[in-house]
Amino acid sequence: MSDSTNHENHENHGNAFVAWVNGEPKPEVEKKEPKPKVKKQKKPFDSAEAYAKFHKLYKPACVILCLAFIAVLVYVSIKTPLFGVTDAPTNNEVAAKYIEEGLEDTGATNIVAGMILDYRAFDTLGESTVLFTAVMAVIILLKVDKDKKKKQDMSAAELKEEAILQHEEELNDKHRDVILKKTAGVIAPFILMFGIYVVLNGHISPGGGFSGGAIIGAGLILISQAFGSKITKRFFNFKVFTIITSGALLTYAALKTYSFYTGAHHMETGIPKGIAGAILSGGFILPLNICVGLIVACTMFGFYSLFSKGEI
Amino acid sequence: MFDAQTILIWILLSFLIVCAIATTVTKNLLVTVLIFMSYSVVMSVIWIFLESPDLAGTEAAVGAGVTSILFFIVLKKIGALDTSKRKKKDKDSKEGEDNE
Repeated sequence: MSDSTNHENHENHGNAFVAWVNGEPKPEVEKKEPKPKVKKQKKPFDSAEAYAKFHKLYKPACVILCLAFIAVLVYVSIKTPLFGVTDAPTNNEVAAKYIEEGLEDTGATNIVAGMILDYRAFDTLGESTVLFTAVMAVIILLKVDKDKKKKQDMSAAELKEEAILQHEEELNDKHRDVILKKTAGVIAPFILMFGIYVVLNGHISPGGGFSGGAIIGAGLILISQAFGSKITKRFFNFKVFTIITSGALLTYAALKTYSFYTGAHHMETGIPKGIAGAILSGGFILPLNICVGLIVACTMFGFYSLFSKGEI
Repeated sequence: MFDAQTILIWILLSFLIVCAIATTVTKNLLVTVLIFMSYSVVMSVIWIFLESPDLAGTEAAVGAGVTSILFFIVLKKIGALDTSKRKKKDKDSKEGEDNE
């Protein structure tokens, strides 16, 4: 039966085709009914199975990615010029100018300080701003809000945790490590003094604002860790922190953006360079070093303080 | 060619690689931070060999000092420094409450 109908259909089609060739309008071809799609039954999401699948792929993917990165890095490092080669592209006229005329231009015996705080002082301003921004972000994230911290609002778990923390702090205050206390009492003044020396001699000897500031900050952390935060709070609270950090940054900006007002040749503005090698020499490098050192020291200690207690 | 300084630098550089791999492989977080710290110390020695003492000082103060202190504080905050002590303390505090 079906055979015969098929045959008829075929014949009909044949006739229609002949008629179309002879000039009749195009016959409507029977639309084929779309096959009813067999819907694949979705498996319910099985987290364990997915995890197993992921875990199977994870290690090979890791190894392949790592090998690819290592290959790229090794390839690049083979292509770079060797360490200390004289005809490397970095040894161009810029470095030559810095080395030959750096002392004359900046008045700093330490050419690195002359570079980062005179030729490229604007970059260092950006770096200090980055540190400042980082501290602000940490303050936003970690500083405990005293207004919100009322005992009624806190849940039982939070209250318990705070009680434990307070208890721990009291215990720490009572039984501070004797070895740490004695050692810190001896070496902390020297650490602070060395940090101040590095900051003040940044334009004469190796070092400068960043290294000196980091050393001072580490010394402050040591004092705070050894003798408790009450000692450091006497001279360093949040208000002092804010004033020092923003004041140092503003001073830096005021000292160094004068080239915006005097034009690009800010080397010749009549600031005395002093005798090379003396403490008071190098134009603005000494005050700039002090500013950077203050910012870095405050940042380091602020990080520590905010991380450990949630306040400065 | 192979004078003492070159050999020493090679030893230090290989130590750096070992440290870098060990930091990722070690399971104990406290040990990881300690290895990270030693990496910074060795790096600061290498800076001295490369004739940049200012960088050496910064590396020692920031890398070995401040960064690891921050890591230690975070480990203490999340209770990963030594779990046995923490559990014991919790137990003690609970017992104290019971007594009260």
